[in-house]
Amino acid sequence: MRLRWMSAAAMAVSLAVGSAGVYAQAAMDESEKEIERYRAMINDPMANPGYLAVDRGEVLWSEKRGKKNVSLETCDLGMGAGKLEGAYAQLPRYFKDSDKVMDLEQRLLWCMQTVQELDTADVVARRFSGPGRASDMEDLVAFIGNKSNGMKIEPQTSHPKEKELTEIGEAMFYRRAGVMDFSCASCHGEEGKRIRLQGLPDFSKPGKAAQDTMASWPTYRVSQSALRTMQHRLWDCFRQQRWPSPDYAAEGLTALTMFLNKQAAGGEINVPSIKR
Amino acid sequence: MTIRTLIAAGLAIGLCTAASPALAQEKTDAAAFQKMEAAVKATFSRATPEWQKRIELDETQRLCTIARNQVSAADADAIQKRESASIVMPADGKFLGDWKNGFAVANSGRGGQFSDDAKTINGGNCYACHQMDPKELSYGTLGPSLAAYGRDRKYDEAAIKDAWKKIYNSQAVVACSNMPRFGVTKFLDEQQLKDVMAYLFDPNSPVNK
Ligand code: HEC
Ligand code: HEC
Repeated sequence: MRLRWMSAAAMAVSLAVGSAGVYAQAAMDESEKEIERYRAMINDPMANPGYLAVDRGEVLWSEKRGKKNVSLETCDLGMGAGKLEGAYAQLPRYFKDSDKVMDLEQRLLWCMQTVQELDTADVVARRFSGPGRASDMEDLVAFIGNKSNGMKIEPQTSHPKEKELTEIGEAMFYRRAGVMDFSCASCHGEEGKRIRLQGLPDFSKPGKAAQDTMASWPTYRVSQSALRTMQHRLWDCFRQQRWPSPDYAAEGLTALTMFLNKQAAGGEINVPSIKR
Repeated sequence: MTIRTLIAAGLAIGLCTAASPALAQEKTDAAAFQKMEAAVKATFSRATPEWQKRIELDETQRLCTIARNQVSAADADAIQKRESASIVMPADGKFLGDWKNGFAVANSGRGGQFSDDAKTINGGNCYACHQMDPKELSYGTLGPSLAAYGRDRKYDEAAIKDAWKKIYNSQAVVACSNMPRFGVTKFLDEQQLKDVMAYLFDPNSPVNK
């Protein structure tokens, strides 16, 4: 539907000019305009359905669950027990109690298991929402991520394990494998490239492309009618990379997130955003 | 026209070294490589053994991974030699099939994904990376434009043979190329390769109009 509309706009231009490069540029401009319209809705909780997830996440955060029948409100996301402001801007980070570098989703699972003694099998089964199936993780990430709005992405490097995992993430970004020989860098390693008509952010260099990206997840994806987290984005990119489906909340996903956040340092968080 | 020339110029520069823009001093050393492999293993622990096997590195992938595509001249030679040896020319000596079927091969990005089922017919997904038919607006720019590919080469025999090699195994021509190795991986079968070749080289193909 949208693509047809974009092509029509591009056709109109083609009558006037006359180079394929120009048609494609016009199509891109139209698609940019549409994305701009989404952006205008981001800060309006009435227009951005991602805020419904934020509200659901707030309820889940204070809901008593698990064997211990307590809420998550004493969960330490790195800023101290129960402190949410700015926590997302500094995740993933090293946690002494688990002796691991964890992203928000790994940390939430850890808190459910240790603070609440909740059996997380069901939560993990619903890691990605679908029609008629809400995802606690998506909702919690929307709620907690939102508490870092206006703050800057601050990659953590003070603990040796944080440095190490960032380096692993960087190496993984360039690992070429699978039937197509793809790595992340195959699609995200050069500026100004696109696959079909989709612009591809370049994460090989630190700066704006990485900042704009990492500061805008979690996001409400219009095409999927769902709020999505970085776990879902990377899962989807591994699909396109013709690699297997990664385990949820696996070490390598946190490693990649560490590396992407390093490239995105200083990006100002505004989530949940809205994307295609 | 100007745009095509510009792209060609850009390509010429790009091809002086290997395939990607990573800086030369950025490499994955042996210790980092070990840690990365352990992390990859942990990340796909729930995948089936068959899927896990799919992302083990062959020697070419290993070299391109470590060097982040900026392989030394010696490694580039070794890669191109090894990959060239894998190329199989068409059994009947005919390089060109049906360009109409070739469009389907070039246009489809299906196959090889964990969301695909066993009946999925693989596509070459050439349009994801290349401009081909100049009237087709939805094309990617990871690779150079292939518009008028056959016409520009005057449908020359040698150019046809070279293109077969390129598509069969891109890394026989450019070490660590970002283009998949469609023939040697058996991602496309011989007939599909012939058809997509015809899409590039048949004078009636819209690519050459
Ligand atoms: C075959 C191409 C391909 C590969 C390989 C690939 N991606 Fe992507 N990636 C895409 C596309 C297409 C998009 C969507 C861009 C859009 O929506 O405009 C995307 C989007 C993203 C985004 C979100 C961008 C945004 O602005 O919201 C991130 C982050 C990302 N990829 C990271 C990765 C990582 C890390 C890897 C390696 C594990 C990877 N990608 C591998 C094609 C790819
Ligand atoms: C993931 C991106 C990608 C895909 C998919 C892809 N290519 Fe390429 N292709 C490239 C890149 C990058 C180059 C330039 C570097 C090189 O030569 O390796 C290239 C180069 C070529 C060339 C040589 C162009 C020249 O300079 O003469 C041909 C021919 C070609 N591709 C054909 C195809 C065909 C046919 C398909 C589909 C079956 C295809 N490609 C799919 C990325 C891709």
